[in-house]
Amino acid sequence: MDYEAIGLKAGLEIHQQLDTEEKLFCHCPTVLRDIKERNSEFHRFLRATVSELGEMDRAAEEEMMAQRRFTYYAYDTTCLVEDDEEPPAPLNNEALEIALTIAKLFGMTPVEEVHTMRKLVIDGSNTTGFQRTALVALHGRLPGGCRLDSICLEEEAAQRVDDRTFSLDRLGIPLVEISTAPCLRTPEEVQEVAEYIGMVLRSTGRVKRGIGTIRQDINISIRGGARVEIKGVQELDLIADAVKGEVKRQLALLAIKDELLSRRAAVMEEFRDVTPLFSETGSKILKKAPCILAVFLQEFGGLVGREIQPGRRLGSELADYAKKCGVGGIFHTDELPAYGISEGEISRLRVELRASEGDCIVLVAGERERAECAARQVMKRAKLALVGIPEETRRMLGEGESTAYLRPLPGAARMYPETDVFPVRLTPPEWEAIEVPELLSVRAERFVRDLGLDPAVARQIAYSDRIGLFEAAVSEGIRPSVAARTLASTLRELKRDGIKVDGIGDREILELFRMVESGRLAKEAIPSVLKSMAGGKSLEDAIQEVAPPMTEEGLEALIDRIVRERESFVRERGRRALGPLMGVVMAEARGRVDGKVIASMLGRAIDRITGGDERRLNTEGKRIDENA
Amino acid sequence: MMRALSGSRVRCRVGDQDLEGVYITEREGRAVVKLSSGYNIGIDIARLEVIGPSPETVLPLARIEQDPDLPECSIISTGGTIASRIDYRTGAVTSQFSAEDILRAIPELTSIARYNAIQVSTILSENMNIAIWQRLAHAIHDEIERGVRGVIVMHGTDTMAFTASAISFMVPAPVPIVFVGAQRSADRPSSDSAMNAICSAVAAVSGLGEVSVVMHDTTSDDRCAIHRATRVRKMHTSRRDAFQSIGIPPLGYVEYPSLKMTLSSGVVRRGERALSLQTEMEPRCALLLFAPGMPPDILEGYHGMKGLVISGTGLGHVGSDWVPVIRELIDGGTHVVMTSQCLHGRVCDRVYDTGRDLLAAGVIEGEDLLPEVALVKLSWILGREEGPEEVSRLMQQSLRGEICRRSIHGL
Repeated sequence: MDYEAIGLKAGLEIHQQLDTEEKLFCHCPTVLRDIKERNSEFHRFLRATVSELGEMDRAAEEEMMAQRRFTYYAYDTTCLVEDDEEPPAPLNNEALEIALTIAKLFGMTPVEEVHTMRKLVIDGSNTTGFQRTALVALHGRLPGGCRLDSICLEEEAAQRVDDRTFSLDRLGIPLVEISTAPCLRTPEEVQEVAEYIGMVLRSTGRVKRGIGTIRQDINISIRGGARVEIKGVQELDLIADAVKGEVKRQLALLAIKDELLSRRAAVMEEFRDVTPLFSETGSKILKKAPCILAVFLQEFGGLVGREIQPGRRLGSELADYAKKCGVGGIFHTDELPAYGISEGEISRLRVELRASEGDCIVLVAGERERAECAARQVMKRAKLALVGIPEETRRMLGEGESTAYLRPLPGAARMYPETDVFPVRLTPPEWEAIEVPELLSVRAERFVRDLGLDPAVARQIAYSDRIGLFEAAVSEGIRPSVAARTLASTLRELKRDGIKVDGIGDREILELFRMVESGRLAKEAIPSVLKSMAGGKSLEDAIQEVAPPMTEEGLEALIDRIVRERESFVRERGRRALGPLMGVVMAEARGRVDGKVIASMLGRAIDRITGGDERRLNTEGKRIDENA
Repeated sequence: MMRALSGSRVRCRVGDQDLEGVYITEREGRAVVKLSSGYNIGIDIARLEVIGPSPETVLPLARIEQDPDLPECSIISTGGTIASRIDYRTGAVTSQFSAEDILRAIPELTSIARYNAIQVSTILSENMNIAIWQRLAHAIHDEIERGVRGVIVMHGTDTMAFTASAISFMVPAPVPIVFVGAQRSADRPSSDSAMNAICSAVAAVSGLGEVSVVMHDTTSDDRCAIHRATRVRKMHTSRRDAFQSIGIPPLGYVEYPSLKMTLSSGVVRRGERALSLQTEMEPRCALLLFAPGMPPDILEGYHGMKGLVISGTGLGHVGSDWVPVIRELIDGGTHVVMTSQCLHGRVCDRVYDTGRDLLAAGVIEGEDLLPEVALVKLSWILGREEGPEEVSRLMQQSLRGEICRRSIHGL
């Protein structure tokens, strides 16, 4: 696909949770909870304001209001601020400092005074009915020439448990929203820039990690198309596909528009009640529906059923709009007869509406008010198909390229000041004092250069959660190779085997490194000790279990036994028996003693048997000439 | 250069780029500018360049039709905000007081009654005073005399209980007088104002016949409680269910959104009381909370007062060194009423020596009166009576349900 030719323009909005002690506008911890731990729940309605529902008619508005009874789960880690029962605390300074650090990393300009705003969100995910958000800095640079527009500090929304139930643990966790200009030109570039921004964010060491802690929204348009925002792409690998999928959709919809116009297609202004036509229907949905309405789409035949994305048709777009009124979906004649609706019923429907084969009829069913609302929504979306592509917010469907309609794109119109939070002045000295951390990419290069790590390992370490531990270990003299191997490979392998190593603290691992470095424990024992610690043992107990300390006498006796059992082999090979015997001793000593000590002792034992050389061996088991 | 006015389009430089936006206001030498993204930022006012005026956007307002077949109610506003509108161009929130504006914001009200809106004052409720109570009492009286089925008073929540109990004494009436407010401002989608207003309208057309406060019963939008004006207290600074009945159960409930209403058996019913108006109040009255160790000479500041309500410890005590000074106050013509800072329970100054000494000094036992209600009542009684015995008798007699004859088990 020649993306330049079709005029692809894309931008990113990246939302990253910050790892602060407290939430953005209250003093609750930023921890997520299991919903089973909730200690109370309550119910609220949110009322739409005029401008938010300006386009809906009165009946629909009231219908939607009646539906908006939300349930919220509260915990012993949430407070009255999340409940919208107490005014917000002042803007969290720690979060602001992290946002400024990120801004500085991107070369942005801070605003002189940060003003917290209320952005109306009435889907229930915020108990207040708005999300608090503040613009912190503007105009950043990205490698490759694209620009950053802004960075905002926002409160995270409540986690949706089901349709109308939300969990308050997540509400209020600070997050930064970073918006690029619409200057990305290919799907791959969008993905690369998202990856780069993610790397910069993690370089601060002060952002949350794990599923759901970073979300990417992608803004996409093509020439002749419209700006569409795809919400909440959680995996980097899906970004390029999401862009490709949206391009495909917009191209298909533009082609449909052209064909509709050439056919002189039209949407009939009235819908028709056709309930009696289906009194004997085999369709369970229609049979139990109190009201069935038909929308007549003249000359739309064949196009409503045409695929625009994998598994998605123009009909799916009509259905998405209809579902806003609480109906389960729609039927359209491009896909009928099916679902229990017979050929005969379709014919009677066509006769009743005086429709020809070239027309499409859409059926919506349900309570009368809902059905009427849905019919109007279908007409609205069908009319938009004649104009082009509506500006929309959409959501990803699974892991493919396809998306579904969420809501119209919001404008700047839904913002007003959060008067309960004072503005925060940012002075030049405060900005100067913000320390810029080393980028993870730069850090990885440094590990290759200064510590001699393999580039892939260096990158793994630099990007890992244990980077702080690695730096601390190396700085106190732990061998980089031991630390890197443990952190980049051992932990990962154990995790892959289903061992819960995430619970082992950095401090314990550092202490483990110290044991190895001092010779108390062999590095070969690290995996077993970690495994035991993951099972809940303390470091001391784990070592005791895996590698109980061995006295010098004990080791001496072990080596003596092994050498005597293989006396003939030793006599035959002499000092060359050292290598093979090392493995045997090591297997028995099970990492309790450092290899160097074993080698030295084993060398002496061999010498005793061969009657040979009583001269001392160095730690490598090589001879040292005493006279030398 | 043109001066920036609220709504002017302005340009300013941030870093190496020019930004355009709308000038909102000045705050401490700094301009607040709304950028095209909708965000406000603060910026040095000297760095603004005015480009021109921004176009006015006029929201098309829906027409409001009132049903002439429904009973008429009056909505009287004192400054509490039940409806407001946001100007998204500047972000300004304006309070709405006309009946049309209130009904546009809360259309559900139109199916309960038709309304006539009156504005008595536009004050923050902490600035409420006797003069405004009196104006409010006259307005309520006139509306009831005109024949309305009920009166809704919109009031800031901080002093709503004081005003409601003052109106209880000033305007005995055959119809419901319902006070309502909001703990969350009306401009937010989660505001409790709409539900409280709707429930208050249900109460205003109901069979109730006394002054009440209608507010959220719990943190949920599930039901409102109807509280007796003389037994209600704001017990939380910010929660929706801040208003609690003390010493009695609520008069009733209005379920939401079904609007099903239930009334308890002990309520005063519509038509039981005749309409009258007695608005005189003695302004030289005070309420004093005693704390251990408080020097008795503090009371010297109360010489010349007509009435003093003391919120004493426990059963109704103050330090014994206060007793002689209180005696002097009473001898000087001040009526002193004892209440308890426990809020729950009844004063009894016959149990311990200090109490007996207070009684001997002439202190009136305030029964289970809430301290604030005792103050309002004392001020109202002293507006008409001065004789110590008559004042004492009236203070200890329940006139508007403010005193419970029995302390009910289980509350």
